[in-house]
Amino acid sequence: MKTTAETLKPGASGPQKKKRSRLARREELQGYLFILPWLIGLFGITLFPMLFSLYGSFTNYDVTSRMDFIGLGNYARMFRDDPLFWKSLYNTLFYVALMVPLTTIGSVLLALMLNERIAGMRVFRTIYYLPAVLSGVGVYFLWIQLLNPSTGLINTMLGWVGIPGPAWLSDPMWTKPAIIMMKLWSVGGGMLLYLASLQGVPSQLYESAKLDGASAFRRFWHITLPMISPVIFFDVVTSFIGGFQIFQEGYVMTDSGSGGPMGSLLFYNLYMWNQAFKLFDMGYAMAMAWVLFAIVLVLTLINLRMSKRWVYYEGGED
Amino acid sequence: MNRSAAPATGKSSGGAPKIDAYSVPVGKRRRSPREVLVFVLLSAGSLLFLLPLWWMISTSLKSPQEIAQYPPTFIPKEFHFENYVHTWHAAPFTLYAFNTLMLAFFAVVGNVLVNSFIAYGFARISFRGKKFWFSVLLATMMIPGFVTLIPQYVLFSKLHLVGTYYPLIIPQFLGSAFYIFMLRQFYMGIPKELTEAAKIDGANHLYIWARIVIPLSKPALAAIAIFAFNGAWNDFLGPLLYVNDEVLYTLQIGLQSFRGSVQTQWNYLMAGSVIVLLPVIVLFFLFQKYFIEGMNLTAGTKG
Repeated sequence: MKTTAETLKPGASGPQKKKRSRLARREELQGYLFILPWLIGLFGITLFPMLFSLYGSFTNYDVTSRMDFIGLGNYARMFRDDPLFWKSLYNTLFYVALMVPLTTIGSVLLALMLNERIAGMRVFRTIYYLPAVLSGVGVYFLWIQLLNPSTGLINTMLGWVGIPGPAWLSDPMWTKPAIIMMKLWSVGGGMLLYLASLQGVPSQLYESAKLDGASAFRRFWHITLPMISPVIFFDVVTSFIGGFQIFQEGYVMTDSGSGGPMGSLLFYNLYMWNQAFKLFDMGYAMAMAWVLFAIVLVLTLINLRMSKRWVYYEGGED
Repeated sequence: MNRSAAPATGKSSGGAPKIDAYSVPVGKRRRSPREVLVFVLLSAGSLLFLLPLWWMISTSLKSPQEIAQYPPTFIPKEFHFENYVHTWHAAPFTLYAFNTLMLAFFAVVGNVLVNSFIAYGFARISFRGKKFWFSVLLATMMIPGFVTLIPQYVLFSKLHLVGTYYPLIIPQFLGSAFYIFMLRQFYMGIPKELTEAAKIDGANHLYIWARIVIPLSKPALAAIAIFAFNGAWNDFLGPLLYVNDEVLYTLQIGLQSFRGSVQTQWNYLMAGSVIVLLPVIVLFFLFQKYFIEGMNLTAGTKG
């Protein structure tokens, strides 16, 4: 690669050539200088720890004293003799399988409505986005209160339309839907993402489709959806990966990580956390982390594969 | 709900003049039935979205008797503002707030400076292996946090840093893959001519980054500053793992432990939640522009 300074210099040749390579070397050095902080982080707090944890997953490591190699012992125990591992995996898959499509559809719908030109649009956008910036313990406490079976807001409102609301956070059947409902409150983030991409769809496309007599539904299906499909894909992949990492909700809303009624909120990461930092069974927890990594990786690759079928990239692809 | 997915499905069959969201602006015009429908839906929805926040404030002002009352009231019969005073003094919230602000300060400074620096390297300097490192960067975004969380804890515990703020601060200065990616896209969009002139004059990259690129990317950096602040303010996992002394508690951890001390006194718990969430809400209204800028940048990073 030539540096730009050279290419602009007229008659760069002969003795100049040596100078160029020196400049290129300097350029090279500066490049590495600039990405150095990231490289330090990459090796120091990502790759090295990961290697350590890969080895650790084959041991009975407990941070303080023991670290004996036990081969596939942790993995065998996980798959064969640990019903809680399967329970936590099931809980997490259940959550992801419902949360990802619901939040995606929810935010696309919201973005479509908020893309209309009607009065008060700015105010609407603000209102819908606001909950998305709120997170953490305060929000969980608020939802514990909202989900209170007798005096909570949600069952009160359900009562107005004659539906007897469930005992959300104490009925194992309803705990995960309750968490998903809480997640739906913050679809505003995804909505903004879609709104930005909706506004990037060239209006000529709609104009000409209309001239051809395409109905509004067909315009949505054949223009809008393909044009925003890269963002949908991005959103699905990130909320997939994010969904598998659900932890805090289970931890805060179930009395410091007990996992809730009948372990219905014992998510994968919560169980891993308990193994690692309550029982200090680090070897086992590290093995669990790698299994999770493998699952996320495989599912992400499947996602990528399938995306070729439905994601449309403007100006050709690959 | 489903109806609105396909704009104007109901209307499309009719032969009446079609005006919808996709047409070019035409100044004043009559509202179509569909626009009225969308307006009504959005109004109802925004009530639903705001009610939880109203509920939080209203509960925080009630007396314990009124909270237990059935059916619940939407507006407190009496306003117990002293709930806030009580809450603030029942736990060292001043200390928690100070600690959180300090961590947020480091998170903002670290993320803004370092990510911008690294992103400049990836966007504007050509060096061997850049493509490789950049694809490594993208790949790291797929690693679930918990995979590195446990060995990182081991690392910091071997360095005797567990129980201090270092494990929470150091990573903020080592770059975040997502922000780097976002900023790199932004920097690629800055016209080359703007930096070329300085380069011909012999300016090095450090100078160009600090004097030309940073000023040009203020909105993007503001967005990152706000996300970093928000992230640090809401971080629960980090302090939960690395902080055990109450003197170092942050608002999130403090609020969580506050629950243990007030049990089911929901007026105090909700007052505490308002205290913790209010700064973020204020920030949101002050800097909404940058929140949205950040989301637009994110939208720009796909594909």
